[in-house]
Amino acid sequence: MPEAMLAWQSAAAIVDAVSSGRSSAVAVIEATLTRIDASAARLNAFTAVTRERALAKARAIDAARARGAPCGQLAGVPFAVKNLYDVAGLATLAGSKINRRLPPATADSPLITRLEAADAVLVGALNMGEYAYDFTGENAHYGASRNPHDPAHMTGGSSGGCGGAVAGDLVPLALGSDTNGSIRVPSSFCGLFGLKPTYGRLSRARSFPFAASFDHLGPLARSARDLALAYDAMQGHDTADPVSAARQIEPVLPCLDLATRGLRLAVAGGYFRRGASAEAIGAVARVAAALGATAEIEIPQAARARAAAYVITAAESASLHLPRLRSEAHEFDPAVRDRLIAGAMLPAPYVMAAQKFRRWYREQVLRLFQSIDAILAPATPFTAPRIGQQRVRLDGVEVPLRPNIGIFTQPISFIGLPVVVVPVPLAPLPIGVQIITAPWREDVALRIAHRLEQDGVALAPRPAL
Amino acid sequence: MSDETDRALESLIAAAAELLALPIEPAWRPAIEANLKATLQLAATVVEFELADDLEPAPVFNA
Repeated sequence: MPEAMLAWQSAAAIVDAVSSGRSSAVAVIEATLTRIDASAARLNAFTAVTRERALAKARAIDAARARGAPCGQLAGVPFAVKNLYDVAGLATLAGSKINRRLPPATADSPLITRLEAADAVLVGALNMGEYAYDFTGENAHYGASRNPHDPAHMTGGSSGGCGGAVAGDLVPLALGSDTNGSIRVPSSFCGLFGLKPTYGRLSRARSFPFAASFDHLGPLARSARDLALAYDAMQGHDTADPVSAARQIEPVLPCLDLATRGLRLAVAGGYFRRGASAEAIGAVARVAAALGATAEIEIPQAARARAAAYVITAAESASLHLPRLRSEAHEFDPAVRDRLIAGAMLPAPYVMAAQKFRRWYREQVLRLFQSIDAILAPATPFTAPRIGQQRVRLDGVEVPLRPNIGIFTQPISFIGLPVVVVPVPLAPLPIGVQIITAPWREDVALRIAHRLEQDGVALAPRPAL
Repeated sequence: MSDETDRALESLIAAAAELLALPIEPAWRPAIEANLKATLQLAATVVEFELADDLEPAPVFNA
């Protein structure tokens, strides 16, 4: 298949082409590597390209097919991972300079292993905000990830390279992490579909942590179907992750086309309207109208939930990095270092109060799901700001930019709820809408996302490169 | 926050840095102070919310 035909292909289309023999896996990977090389200066998405490994895997897929062996469900699909995932042979940077001194990982993250068992092909590791304490995609050591829709703008973070690589057509699939919004923010700013599964659904073994009680791993892609393909391949209990849930695999792909009529939907009001730009409110309204969602609900105490998430994140991450702050504070990104040091000084009763509030809040929100199947809310308060921007105007008031990027994502990951972000293709920059469901109901969120995509309401816009 | 609170914050940072063995350069202090102040303000909104004594904190250890 000609190289141009391999551009902007969904993972599902690549599987079809490779499985049917219309394209070889090697041709797909060679075209992918060419695009990655060509994009380096413009997008700064990759920090490592696993060229030889990828070509070897592609050759193995082609050889197996030639022997008549069945192709995996992700045959020939190139993917890349945020550089906090262990990749055998690479130091797990987690966006830092300090971790360059770590010995190379001796094995892959189990999520990489599971995707490759389905014949996906790892092509490299992606840029990210240092130690994931970031919503911008900027990085003092490796440079900012750049938004393919306008490289002067942020990708969002901390999974910034994931956003740039998928929206920039370097790969159709990337794996990121989301503690307070780090999959959902880049999905919104870069115009992608992103899945933050239920806390405990996907194994976090062999990934570098940030704030362990909030850390989630998940995929970003350009369609709901591609999210489902990857998600199904990665599900399954893993004893190597202490919070991995002992649940059966619950495949979502077979139910993606089920009707969404009859689902009880509501728009999050109150807190989720305050501080949102006209673009964010308009995108939610467009999605709600397409789904016939007319009800509005208030998620109780969402502002306090965000505050509590902020406090626990500060304490957990400071505890994680305390030894490095003592011995090599100069090696951190200064902005990250100052946040971590402040977190180390938080009085313990405040942190425990936040954990106690978390229990109360979880009970209140789970009660909402007794009468609602999904809640719609903006993913970010605004479209992608310019790289380096420090302040933003919200509700007529100028406020610091960085801490306000995650105001709509933090109250959701705080209690581990599954969320799919769908991109609404506004011009000049897209913005995302969160579809939030009860724990373990990723299937409902993905069905809704797929429906919106079929109806042309949600779409990953192709950048004019 | 009042000037008094700001002074208390400065004292807390100085004492905590010593106790935690964190080497803090003078140039870093304004940003650390701003971060800690913002986090404490958020924490205050959580602490003021009344909850039952017997409500279990979120992370539960299972033996």
